[in-house]
Amino acid sequence: MNLFLDAWRWLATGSNWTGDGGAATRLVEHLLVSGLVVGIAAIIAVPLGVLVGHTGRGRTAVVLAASAARAVPTLGLLTLVALATGIGLTGPVVALVVLAVPSLLAGAYAGVESVDRVTIDAARAVGMTEAQVVRRVELPLAAPLLVGGLRSATLQVVATSTLAAYTADVGLGRLLFAGLKAREYDVMLASALLVVALALVLEGLLALLQRLVTPRTAAPAEHARPARNAHPSSTVAEKSPTERTS
Amino acid sequence: MIEFRSVRKEYADGTVAVGDLSLVVPERSTTVLLGSSGCGKTTLLRMVNRMVDPTSGTVLVDGRDVKEQDRVRLRRSIGYVLQAGGLMPHRSVLDNVATVPRLEGATRRAAHARAAELLEVVGLDPALGRRYPGQLSGGQQQRVGVARALGADPDVLLMDEPFGAVDPIVRADLQAELRRLQAELGKTVLFVTHDVDEALRLGDEVVVLRSGGVVAQQGTPAELVAAPADDFVADFLGLRSRQRQLSVREQDGRRLVVDADGRPVGVLEGSLEGSLEGSLEGSLEGSLEGSLEGSLEGEVPGA
Ligand SMILES: Nc1ncnc2c1ncn2[C@@H]1O[C@H](COP(=O)(O)OP(=O)(O)OP(=O)(O)O)[C@@H](O)[C@H]1O
Ligand SMILES: [Mg+2]
Repeated sequence: MNLFLDAWRWLATGSNWTGDGGAATRLVEHLLVSGLVVGIAAIIAVPLGVLVGHTGRGRTAVVLAASAARAVPTLGLLTLVALATGIGLTGPVVALVVLAVPSLLAGAYAGVESVDRVTIDAARAVGMTEAQVVRRVELPLAAPLLVGGLRSATLQVVATSTLAAYTADVGLGRLLFAGLKAREYDVMLASALLVVALALVLEGLLALLQRLVTPRTAAPAEHARPARNAHPSSTVAEKSPTERTS
Repeated sequence: MIEFRSVRKEYADGTVAVGDLSLVVPERSTTVLLGSSGCGKTTLLRMVNRMVDPTSGTVLVDGRDVKEQDRVRLRRSIGYVLQAGGLMPHRSVLDNVATVPRLEGATRRAAHARAAELLEVVGLDPALGRRYPGQLSGGQQQRVGVARALGADPDVLLMDEPFGAVDPIVRADLQAELRRLQAELGKTVLFVTHDVDEALRLGDEVVVLRSGGVVAQQGTPAELVAAPADDFVADFLGLRSRQRQLSVREQDGRRLVVDADGRPVGVLEGSLEGSLEGSLEGSLEGSLEGSLEGSLEGEVPGA
């Protein structure tokens, strides 16, 4: 009587995946809710974080608010909002947005703040407008930390989106709660494993994205290049294959 | 032409970086601001492109008050080589040099072609264009900084210790190149340094500043060396240092110029018979103060 084996068997059974409340639907729902939440949180947090990082103003306030938001118990907030708005997605979405905002905010403003002041000063000095300084200098250089914030927010939200099933008929949390009710522990474990798997896949994709957005600060390796200054021009010019488009 | 009219800069923390300064930088010439660290040179320079707004007074570029001009437009029309380099680490060298033309709407292609030319102008191999600033030596980065400043073909060039981060040999090289460039391009250059030799070598006019952005003396290098206004200027130029107390000594049929410690600093060229003879006679006693320019080769034999 191995629980893991049972869970595996449940997952391997095709009929468990299909149909209205099947695992496939739940997985997609889970992904959609998580995406919605992270999207809303990003719309709130990223511009705010970039603004704070760019101007250096309101930093203390934002740090305080973010710490406060981190301290809010998600389940408690969900219940409160649900009591006010009734059954449905609003409660979980609000609670999860509050969960996701601090990481995104921190990533955005830490990213912008990490950009060398001299670089920003120079950008301004050669005649970039404030918007151009943000778009062409701060955002590209902040991107790795910004995506880092997105990564941790996504991880938290995907793991916690199971709570959405408290007040709405969506997500992998449904399977979890259904299993709990019916004492079908294999179903519970199977859905938990699905949450973990989803989180891991997203984590991998976002890690890849993070690598992609890391600005290049070195030209591609110049293979078998003759000694410096030996043949100064031609060889190098022909070898480097790509030019970064901006 | 750049004109400072009674400018004063007091920073928010109460530091008075520039007291009350008036100065004219003539067209198509190089004016050097010379002074020790913290005397307000960078502050003055940045008033020209409105990176710093004076607390009072006005700055005019070509007769127009900079305060009445759009900051962004003004900055794009003035070349600025920053003290700290300030290249964009995430853009290739070519992109860096092409920055201003691109901002002004030039196509990528045209801007890059021009940037490659500019790299050559400042003595860099255009093949370095596809590298990133982090892959260049300090001296190469500074040349890129100069190329970027030349990008929009500005009439006015602000250079803030552009050759600070390089060894003396490369520095001399860059200075020579700037002189060549200036002879070709004829920009109005405002150049900041705390290096006396650099100031004397590059400036058509040199402005010696004391702390708090006060002009101690202004004049051609020869004027300053010949007639320092006061002890501060004389000391700052090092005219009383043993290295600048020069005299001539004959050895193996050549006339060596030696400093007060007897160390050779160069060879005296030119006809020794004619007029020079007389003038040398007089200065052999004491020092050669003032005749540094032109007569010295700058090479230290045996070094
Ligand atoms: N943003 C600022 N806020 C307050 N004080 C400043 C600021 N920038 C410069 N200062 C002060 O103003 C004075 C002049 O500074 P500035 O940078 O113009 O000197 P500098 O002559 O360029 O020096 P250096 O040769 O070291 O570059 C210094 O005392 C400096 O500490
Ligand atoms: Mg300075």
